[in-house]
Amino acid sequence: MGLLTLFVVSIIIFTAVNMLPGDFAQAILGQSATPEAVAAIRRDLGLDQPPITRYFTWLAGVLQGDLGTSFAQANFASFVGEDSGTRTTVADQIAPRIKNTLFLAGVTAVIAVPFAIGLGILAALYRNSAFDKVSNVFTLTSISSPEFFVAYILILFLAVLNPWLPSLSNIYDGMAFSDRLEKTMLPALALTLVVTAHMMRMTRAAIINLLASPYIEMARLKGMKPMRVIVHHALPNALAPIINVVALNLAYLVTGVVVVEVVFVYPGVGQLFVDSVKIRDIPVVQACCLIFAAVYILLNLLADILSILSNPRLRHPK
Amino acid sequence: MTRISRRGLLKSGAAAGVLAATGFPVRAQTAKRGGRLVAGLSGANTSDSWDGRTHSDLFMNASAQGAVFDSLTEVAADGSLIGELATDWEATPDAKVWTFNLRKGVTFHNGKSFGADDVIESLQMHVAEGAKSGAQPLVAPITEMKKITEHQVQFTLEAGNADFPYLMSDYHLLIYPAGQIEEAIAQGIGTGIYRVKSFDPGVRFVGERVENHYKDGRAGWFDEIEYIAINDNTARMNALLTGQVDAINRIDFKTEALLKANPNVRIQEVTGNQHFTFPMLTDLAPFNDVNVRKALKYGINRQEMLDKILMGHGRVAADSPIGPANQYMAELDPIPYDPDQAKFYLKQAGLDSINVDLSASSAAFEGAVDAAQLYQASAARAGVNINVVQEPADGYWSNVWLKKPWCACYWSGRATEDWMFTSAYAAGAPWNDSHWDHPRFQELLITARAELDSGKRRDQYTEMQMILRDEGGVIIPMFANWVQAVSNKIATPENVGNLWQMDNSRLAERWWNA
Repeated sequence: MGLLTLFVVSIIIFTAVNMLPGDFAQAILGQSATPEAVAAIRRDLGLDQPPITRYFTWLAGVLQGDLGTSFAQANFASFVGEDSGTRTTVADQIAPRIKNTLFLAGVTAVIAVPFAIGLGILAALYRNSAFDKVSNVFTLTSISSPEFFVAYILILFLAVLNPWLPSLSNIYDGMAFSDRLEKTMLPALALTLVVTAHMMRMTRAAIINLLASPYIEMARLKGMKPMRVIVHHALPNALAPIINVVALNLAYLVTGVVVVEVVFVYPGVGQLFVDSVKIRDIPVVQACCLIFAAVYILLNLLADILSILSNPRLRHPK
Repeated sequence: MTRISRRGLLKSGAAAGVLAATGFPVRAQTAKRGGRLVAGLSGANTSDSWDGRTHSDLFMNASAQGAVFDSLTEVAADGSLIGELATDWEATPDAKVWTFNLRKGVTFHNGKSFGADDVIESLQMHVAEGAKSGAQPLVAPITEMKKITEHQVQFTLEAGNADFPYLMSDYHLLIYPAGQIEEAIAQGIGTGIYRVKSFDPGVRFVGERVENHYKDGRAGWFDEIEYIAINDNTARMNALLTGQVDAINRIDFKTEALLKANPNVRIQEVTGNQHFTFPMLTDLAPFNDVNVRKALKYGINRQEMLDKILMGHGRVAADSPIGPANQYMAELDPIPYDPDQAKFYLKQAGLDSINVDLSASSAAFEGAVDAAQLYQASAARAGVNINVVQEPADGYWSNVWLKKPWCACYWSGRATEDWMFTSAYAAGAPWNDSHWDHPRFQELLITARAELDSGKRRDQYTEMQMILRDEGGVIIPMFANWVQAVSNKIATPENVGNLWQMDNSRLAERWWNA
């Protein structure tokens, strides 16, 4: 099922990129695009082949685990006049970027997930209080604002007006972990604000839903403290929907960070993706999309497994 | 034999493109060694490499020619031509055979010593079979490259060219170690004053000062330089305002006031040769009628366009591509905005009014569509009805430019008159975006190219610029300034290069810690 989805995604992406005006040859040559130069590059890269042929050549490669060589690198190799197999492949290009993106997603998750769930629990506990309303308004506002706006607001308050955090997240290999963490903080906070609302509202709703159940009434009648009722009795039963929402948001952290990465100059997959779309570097765009789709599918799978594990009724079917 | 020096030819003020735009007093300071420079630069891409043939934007220009590599010659900040890897050069009186003396005792970063073979092999890269070099037209006219001694090379050209030494300063023409070019491109091995410490394409470049370099005492003041790729305008500005970088290029005019309000940074602005144009195909009706072209020239309000599109950051142009960073810019009066004159020339063409399409897109230059609409409004009063066609930015250069009869375009300009005219105004040139073919202009172009007498050349180039102003098929309303910003921690020389942004991309060599 997952593989079929990937296959469909790859077809859609390939068609979409091909429908964009201009191709790699035109994009890379810009103003110096003479018809001869465009034709030469297209010939070198096989762009003069019909799209169907190109798609299946690419697919055959991917099925053998070969994501291919980016057009930019292939074009560069034809400049040097050598094809010695030492070329940087798409996989080589993407690997360090994925590492960075996962790092950012990881830092964000560590902040956002406990924060959102904690906030959701508190909101459920003090539902309809001023605290509940304020946190609802706050999280809904931040999710409704475009990401770049949230990012710029954070830069304004935490970097420009109060120079606490760096606005430039240009992390690189060999940086100390603490420096890396500091540089990642602002984009992580921006993403936290964007994903919190969804998780927090789901936690709150799922718990409130259960609060009317007879066993909760029972717990309360036993004289338990409200906090204990929620954390020990309501939360475990509300876990399944929460896990699903968390997974969805984690997937978003990997695939939806394009804008945030550009604003903070964070060298992740998103930036590579934007660069590649700009020059119509189809192999890189395809590989990025495949990875994005795979992350979605894997995390959803993981969420399903976890919700089954968290629910004894599903773990021990009759 | 004649030795040409641009310094000697300069009339005072002719190349003084530096505007005192900041209001900061320009102090003469003495440069000192030490410290780091961190700059946030645009124009970077993941596909960047150390191959000079592919360079086209600031990030790689500043990293390669500006730090790691050298060329034969260099355009100094004041516009004069000085030797870089060449010490001096001589031409035969017909400007056809050029002999370059090379600098002795120079070594590449891998220890190989520099000599004539390196020059010859590096230049041949650009004309190799199938090479797609931006500098191919510069190297192709060399019919023979001869090694005379280890430190002397002789070039024979197919026709005389008095500007040949200037062409050798082009940012594509980097000198690599002979026999190791592939390796040098992979690792960035040049003779420049900074060696590559770390390079992550599209992300970051760190260079480390080479000790005992031939430029010691006149360039290369920082111990280490770091260029961070920041393509986003706002991110670049934030990085400067929060002190994470010391200098940035390309200021967004809309937010310039914010930078000006910050006491720790200063704005640096120079007028160079970058110009925005509206080329029309002069072999197509109605643009083949000189009266129609004149009507269009009288129908544009250049000052208004400069004020509204560039917010005043530029200077009005007179339909000539020769700018303040050129040697022989003729200070011509531009054709004024005059609807009555425009109507008069329309009448001469036998018309009461005329309808023309003007294609524009932000790919041509930022604000091109707005500029076309301004033009539409001003020309309408003269009976010239311009229909602005908004084209997609993608593929603009392939599908619109050189194809549509009239469109918006930009040129970053060229260091010499001949180079500019040959690229875009010579009959039959591939980038001749107005299909310009004017017998007198073409004749002057050929004679001036081989003319070694500077006075005669000035007359010839002035006449050519007048022809373009009065009859030419390219409307050039304005030159656009290079606007950049620098932290006050960094000192910059009194004279900042205006040929290209960031002191001709040589900030690493020419600036220092205050």
